Amino acid sequence: MCRTVDLHQAVLARNDENALALRGYLGDRGTVAVNLLSSPGSGKTALLEQLLARAVAAGVPAAAVTADLATENDATRLARSGAPVRQILTDGLCHLEAGMLRRRLEGWMPEGTRLLFVENVGNLVCPASYDLGETLRIALASVTEGEDKPVKYPTAFGLAQLVVITKTDIADAVGFDREAFLRGVEQVNPGVPVLETSARTGVGVDALLAHVLRAADGEEAHVPVLAREHERYLDSHDHGDGTGPHVHDGDHGHGDGRGPSSGGRGRHDDVPGAAPVPAETGGNAP
Amino acid sequence: MHELSIAVAVVEQVEEAVRDQGRAVASLTLRIGELAGVVPEALDFAFALATEGTVLAGARLLIDTVEGRGRCEGCGREAPTGMPPVLWCTGCGATLTLLGGRELEIVRVVLADGPPGAESAEDGPRPAVAGLPTRDEEAGHVPHR
Repeated sequence: MCRTVDLHQAVLARNDENALALRGYLGDRGTVAVNLLSSPGSGKTALLEQLLARAVAAGVPAAAVTADLATENDATRLARSGAPVRQILTDGLCHLEAGMLRRRLEGWMPEGTRLLFVENVGNLVCPASYDLGETLRIALASVTEGEDKPVKYPTAFGLAQLVVITKTDIADAVGFDREAFLRGVEQVNPGVPVLETSARTGVGVDALLAHVLRAADGEEAHVPVLAREHERYLDSHDHGDGTGPHVHDGDHGHGDGRGPSSGGRGRHDDVPGAAPVPAETGGNAP
Repeated sequence: MHELSIAVAVVEQVEEAVRDQGRAVASLTLRIGELAGVVPEALDFAFALATEGTVLAGARLLIDTVEGRGRCEGCGREAPTGMPPVLWCTGCGATLTLLGGRELEIVRVVLADGPPGAESAEDGPRPAVAGLPTRDEEAGHVPHR
């Protein structure tokens, strides 16, 4: 007799819960987090140095955490701005998770921090899947990376609330095709605002800080198509009250191997609607 | 390679859900949207590592792939988004509403007859079969008596 447990749980439910809690934690302190995503070498740290210095100069209490697999080089650079900075070493992990960030903030983040910049691990794939409790998510790409970055990494750019182009001072020298880049952005994230910056010349840095401050003050950020809620279970069968996993026994034979009928011919009698028995599983229900 | 983190999250949630059952896990079904940013092949590889020494050791991983689909807010046309996705309507240019494709969900677990370890050598390693349907929909909705 096989027994089926219907779970219908989001794989990243735990991170989502941690992110929700972190958002509350930050909100209680009047802090707004900005999550910065890009590939390695796109100039995140240089731009962040400028942003922090200008925030400090403008009297905006700003702090930053910077995540890398190894070295404290970025924290050392960012600290020159005069803002509190903390390095997070991920020990090989390719992305930050909300719980990990929370643990590093507790007992460290100075009281009264208004803006918390979170420089994610340089990677356009993995960090995109993890909500860090941020109010604003920014994806960055430098002019040297190729115009097709947004379509090559549709999740990272598709979930961004702001796209920032960096190193624009050398755009002409490297033959950056601005129109192609913007077309790619529009394809995966229609309507997302795009800012052009150069940490070297300072172009666009004030506009970027102003954008961040408007988001911090509650101006509604862009909502990407990929981030919009849809009726997730529209086409799947109804699971009644949806409260956590439930178990049902089936008496189907499975002489040809067990489990769901991968061949499609075996009877499969684990009926979702048939008096499900709620499993007591220690409360992982949403 | 966050697929390993994802595999570990799956294992933790499944272990928690079946803890009181006292049985090994025979198979596990995941729904993964093509816009979820997860590579099924990489997840399959990570799954074998993440399940080692757990009640999921040797369990079959079944992956239901969900196509990215959108509906135009302007003209109402529904169509696949493609990959990489085009998230505006190629017909009228309006922005789409996403109907599916971002799923990353543990659908169900089928438990084995015996406790963990009792059947690990029974029929050798079970490779994951990506994209195969795992539910006999008709049978699945027959009232159970």
